[in-house]
Amino acid sequence: MAAARGLLSRWAVSLRPVSAAAAAGAFPKRVKVVEVGPRDGLQNEKNVVPTAVKINLINMLSETGLQVIEATSFVSPKWVPQMADHTEVMQGINKLPGISYPVLTPNLKGFQAAVAAGAKEVSIFGAASELFTKKNINCSIEESLERFDEVMAAARAASIPVRGYVSCVLGCPYEGKISAAKVAEVSKKMYSMGCYEISLGDTIGIGTPGSMKEMLTAVMKEVPVGALAVHCHDTYGQALANILVALQMGVSVVDASVAGLGGCPYAQGASGNVATEDLVYMLNGLGIHTGVDLQKLMDTGTFICNALNRRTNSKVSQASCRL
Amino acid sequence: HFYDTHLWPQRSSGACTRKTSESQASGLPEYIKIVEVGPRDGLQNEKVIVPTDIKIELINRLSKTGLPAIEVTSFVSSKWVPQMADHKEVMRGIERHPGVQYPVLTPNLQGFHSAIAAGATEVSVFGAASESFSKMNINCSIEESIEKFEEIAKSARNMDIPVRGYVSCALGCPYEGNIIPAKVAEVSKRLYSMGCYEISLGDTIGVGTPGSMKRMLEAVMKEIPLSALAVHCHDTYGQALANILTAIQMGVAVVDSSVAGLGGCPYAKGATGNVATEDVIYMLNGLGINTGVDLYTVMETGNFICTALNKKTNSKVAQASFNTGTIH
Repeated sequence: MAAARGLLSRWAVSLRPVSAAAAAGAFPKRVKVVEVGPRDGLQNEKNVVPTAVKINLINMLSETGLQVIEATSFVSPKWVPQMADHTEVMQGINKLPGISYPVLTPNLKGFQAAVAAGAKEVSIFGAASELFTKKNINCSIEESLERFDEVMAAARAASIPVRGYVSCVLGCPYEGKISAAKVAEVSKKMYSMGCYEISLGDTIGIGTPGSMKEMLTAVMKEVPVGALAVHCHDTYGQALANILVALQMGVSVVDASVAGLGGCPYAQGASGNVATEDLVYMLNGLGIHTGVDLQKLMDTGTFICNALNRRTNSKVSQASCRL
Repeated sequence: HFYDTHLWPQRSSGACTRKTSESQASGLPEYIKIVEVGPRDGLQNEKVIVPTDIKIELINRLSKTGLPAIEVTSFVSSKWVPQMADHKEVMRGIERHPGVQYPVLTPNLQGFHSAIAAGATEVSVFGAASESFSKMNINCSIEESIEKFEEIAKSARNMDIPVRGYVSCALGCPYEGNIIPAKVAEVSKRLYSMGCYEISLGDTIGVGTPGSMKRMLEAVMKEIPLSALAVHCHDTYGQALANILTAIQMGVAVVDSSVAGLGGCPYAKGATGNVATEDVIYMLNGLGINTGVDLYTVMETGNFICTALNKKTNSKVAQASFNTGTIH
């Protein structure tokens, strides 16, 4: 039995990508993994994490081969206490060449603070649900995007790339079903405003491969697939299946959170983000290149879970844990 | 309430019929048979010994969910599997609903006869695609195990008892590591040729991914008709639903799962095992695939057994639903 366990714990690490020829023909050869743990993940964790721990987390992630690590959010600490140390984090991390460290900027003030702190890429947030937008930021979708006009203009002037997020693409905690056409409309708007990439978020994890396919079919009529990303939550255990379908349709950018950090604010105790380890494990098995070292990623997950005094949400990590 | 109509399309009129055409358009099976293995595979891998009356109530509740097949128990020596020591009492004690199959595991001819005497009307035999696993698990080679199963198949044929064949380690072995698809195909073919009506391909340690699932199924489908294949995925590495999706995209229409994801992995301490029936049904509902199973009733049953076992459910759908207050 000990021999079996030893083999199992080495299994995850030894699973190198198989040759491209052996992989299924329908998948992209490379996938860019966007790590959102330090922002989306930590933002939805109850325990406030010390600045030094956040910096160490991002530095460790920078050593895994990940090319994009969402570092923090330049939002008012009144709204999001976890991100109050955004300036210190941005200034404190090692910025390795070839790695992008985007930050959230909810408005022009946040954008300016971000740039002053050294940010070279920013993200803005829209939603495919009017009710969600109203409850979250007290305005309509139209108004929320107008607020970003200033940010887009400033970003353009400073040659700063902007990533756009669309929330509630597969369902809304208030409105329920969201029409694929609405998601396509909002995505198109944000793409026309100048976002280089649109990350489509299943905010409450309610989507299934069926609704993912329907939504992407609509969005791909308006935005080139090369500019699309999926941001799946695993609240109903559907994330990897949904991501698989997105890959089959040509999407090659996937967001994930180390150790599956970040619960769901709409379902107490339920999980949120899909775990980066589990995603990379699947991509490796499909022969898709990510450039990410799974062992180093798992080590980073172990670090942050210890710091947060919580168990990992990554099944790969759970299965591989040192005994 | 939003969650109400979304989770349980059967309860909102027309939602299910509309979606059936979706599954047809996408090339997926219209109907998938779910084989519930919680009472056997699930409980067998739970540490706490469950009293006989709880097992019986679990199975009786599952019988009311619409599940077409429920694996009841295992006629194995209680020395090896204490959890299944009450196999006769369970078999005799459960309600038998018309239209529901109640298969039991029979590792040898003795177990088979005992199962029939206790009223079993379907049995299962367990092979493996790995010599090492076969040796470590049942102390004989694959060939020797096949010979034992042939004795069972022969007796079963004489009595018109259907036999289901399992192939363990289809996507990897805890001892040997990688398993070649050709080996899985070979063992599957042996079981099918001896008369097993269905072959359930098991990712015993959950290491498979959509890549290895596809390669394995391609090899097996050369030897066995698609309609005789089932997948039995473990979620130890979180890959189960993605693997199941891959299988159904290739036309597999029978999926094994365990209510509340009962049953950990004996090869990775603390790790999960079986995929949760609730999570599978949620995905299939979303794909417009008919299963005949009521998700709500399965969740209630999962809640029942987890309470009895004093453990948290492994089903994410159940976790999310209980916490939004949609289940009372």
